[in-house]
Amino acid sequence: MNGNDERRAEVRSYLVGYAGAIVMTGVAFAIVQWPIASPKLTFAAVLTLAFTQIVLQFRCFLHISLRRSARDDLQLILFSTLVVALMVGGTLVILLNLRERMM
Amino acid sequence: MTDPVWPMLLGRFTWDSLPFVRAWHNPTTNELIAAAAGGIVVVSGIAVLVLITVLRRWRWLWTEWLTSLDHKKIGILYIVIALVMLARALVEANLMRLQQAVAVGNPGFVAPEHFAELFSTHGSIMIFFMAMPFLTGLINYLVPLQIGARDVAFPVLNAISLWLTAAGAALMMASLVIGRFSTGGWSGYPPFTEIGFNPGVGPDYWIWAVTLGSLASTMTGINIAVTIYKMRCPGMKLMRMPLFTWTSLCTAILMIFAMPPLTVATALLALDRYLGFHFFTNALGGNMMHYANLFWMFGHPEVYIVILPAFGIYSEVVSTFSSKELYGYKSLVIATMAIAVLSFTVWLHHFFTMGQSASINAAFGIATMAIGVPTGVKIYNWIWTMFRGEVRFTTPMIYALAFMMTFVLGGLTGIILAFPPLDYIVHNTLFLVAHFHNMLIPGTLYGLLAAYTFWFPKVFGYRLDERWGRISCLCWIVGFYLAFMPLYVLGASGMARRTQAVMETAYRPWLYMAEAGALILLCAFAALIVQLWVSIRRRGANDVFVGDPWDGRALEWSVSAPPPEFNFARLPHVDQAHWFYDAKRKYAPYAPPIAYHDIWMLRNSAVAPVIGIASGAATFGLVWHMWWLAIFGLIVIFAAVVARSFVRDTHRVIPASEVARIDESWREATARAQPVPREIETSPANQGLALVRS
Repeated sequence: MNGNDERRAEVRSYLVGYAGAIVMTGVAFAIVQWPIASPKLTFAAVLTLAFTQIVLQFRCFLHISLRRSARDDLQLILFSTLVVALMVGGTLVILLNLRERMM
Repeated sequence: MTDPVWPMLLGRFTWDSLPFVRAWHNPTTNELIAAAAGGIVVVSGIAVLVLITVLRRWRWLWTEWLTSLDHKKIGILYIVIALVMLARALVEANLMRLQQAVAVGNPGFVAPEHFAELFSTHGSIMIFFMAMPFLTGLINYLVPLQIGARDVAFPVLNAISLWLTAAGAALMMASLVIGRFSTGGWSGYPPFTEIGFNPGVGPDYWIWAVTLGSLASTMTGINIAVTIYKMRCPGMKLMRMPLFTWTSLCTAILMIFAMPPLTVATALLALDRYLGFHFFTNALGGNMMHYANLFWMFGHPEVYIVILPAFGIYSEVVSTFSSKELYGYKSLVIATMAIAVLSFTVWLHHFFTMGQSASINAAFGIATMAIGVPTGVKIYNWIWTMFRGEVRFTTPMIYALAFMMTFVLGGLTGIILAFPPLDYIVHNTLFLVAHFHNMLIPGTLYGLLAAYTFWFPKVFGYRLDERWGRISCLCWIVGFYLAFMPLYVLGASGMARRTQAVMETAYRPWLYMAEAGALILLCAFAALIVQLWVSIRRRGANDVFVGDPWDGRALEWSVSAPPPEFNFARLPHVDQAHWFYDAKRKYAPYAPPIAYHDIWMLRNSAVAPVIGIASGAATFGLVWHMWWLAIFGLIVIFAAVVARSFVRDTHRVIPASEVARIDESWREATARAQPVPREIETSPANQGLALVRS
């Protein structure tokens, strides 16, 4: 693969990511504006779309993949996810517990 | 005297804000101490300015140091800040100990409010402006050298971090001269620090100094992590990195995740105080427990931010002065990573008594005890490293040994405190104070001082005086035990921490003992200054230009001392861990490279000092409600960043001939030097070339 091909593949990846991100955001807004399902189901759908978009952006914009060259970055992202989950989850557990005991 | 003077310009400044005026009106010992402290700041500040002017060093200072983007110079400046702040916080510690020793059954000589300022500044300084700058300086200096890089990944950001830290430290110093500092302790718990209970400038000083420090540390964390991930020399795989670099990496990652909660906590507190928000107030829906939660979400990882680099330092020191490879390198790396992750699972143990249910307390208590496991692994690693090694009791090694003994004791009391029911009993007593000093003094301070002694020859090109180093080391050890072991007894007998006057006469002998210890710790610092003085005087005899005085292992020892501006004439290629150590034994590590090339280095930049001074001014304006100054400072910061982005000509070339000249003169010195065996490495015979027995 020469430099030109590589560049084209890169541009394609950005375009795919961009289109995907726009579609997913649009769909999320649309199902809230024109509800077709119960609020609970809509909420779940929005969350799913958001999560998918995160993965898509990592893949297309930040070039995170399972390839060896991107392994370091992937590890950092997983580590970050773990730490943020610990901090946010721990906070929720602690403060909801306090709320329960005080209310 | 209590009316604002010209409020448009000076905000809420009154003549009474000056400690000198207060002392003039009310000359008690308490006010005189405050005035003397302020006087020392003013006089020494003026003395420094005069000295620089008389020696005509302004231009030199500006071009060689203040605007330099060299990671080595930035590292040294960090450590200078740390040592100045250490001196102040140590004196404050002595004042507190003296007050408590005197004030048994009487009010003593330091008023309660002043005493509260003392423990608040002591804690804030020791954490944010002593430990953090010191370790950041060491990491800054050493990591690029250890991974074979020419600089950190973001040199301008690095300089900005330094200058934000300096601005925070300057704010701490300003609080001695103008106004008063917070009385809310280093953790600044609301609602006490809210506007309703503390309308003065004190908490604002604390908020902005800490905010500047935390922003700087976040950026440093990003910088170091990216440097280690992206700038390693060819062949330097992660598992070939020296342990200090590994612990620096973990510390950097902890900084990235742990500092933002602090910044958020102080920012929310600032919103409460300045704009009438109610995040942490008693009324109107505020809840201070959110603050405790946010603060300790930072606070616990912070403990490991300051201790992990010291673990790295001890690993290097123990391995070097035992002439043995580190025992269980892989297990040490895994233990470091485990500590880094676990440190995010235990923050609740700082507020076991806040009122959550027993099962949650138990879960966090168990997690806390679990951290003891990887830490214990490390202690065994160091012991096994020394086993059957050629151990030399040099100053850094004595620090390391004292650390191992003392840190285990502190860890043991930590396990005691990790039981929630026991924690309820000793919560807020001196037992806790004794525990965390027992962790931080051996765990951080001894490590930093060991590093200072160990790497000083690399940084300045001559060894520190061994005798005064040992005297200082001995004083730090004896002083620590005398000052803090009594606090365990006092705490277990129920003496609350942060007590200004003591009513129980049975405490008196223990308080005397602690005061004696504090004095010895002060002597330790004095000995450190004497050591520096003596070493500078005898620098000719202790010269180690060749750069490897201790038969070192990592790459930083493979260059001259001090290293050239570009670190490596040619970037090294390594094919194993301890590449330099093995190269000395197997082939010629000092052979010149095949060819020299031009090296691109960054030009100096004034953007960091401008941002630092402007942010210091802006936060000072915020503290005193001088809104014009705050706005002006923010505009300058913004303008400086924009202006910097227009600077296109950021690099300069060091031509290959110049590189060759510098490198060859060092190689000639290497060829001339007499190799020394380990037995006489602390004698003047040591010129920095190690005698190798393969």
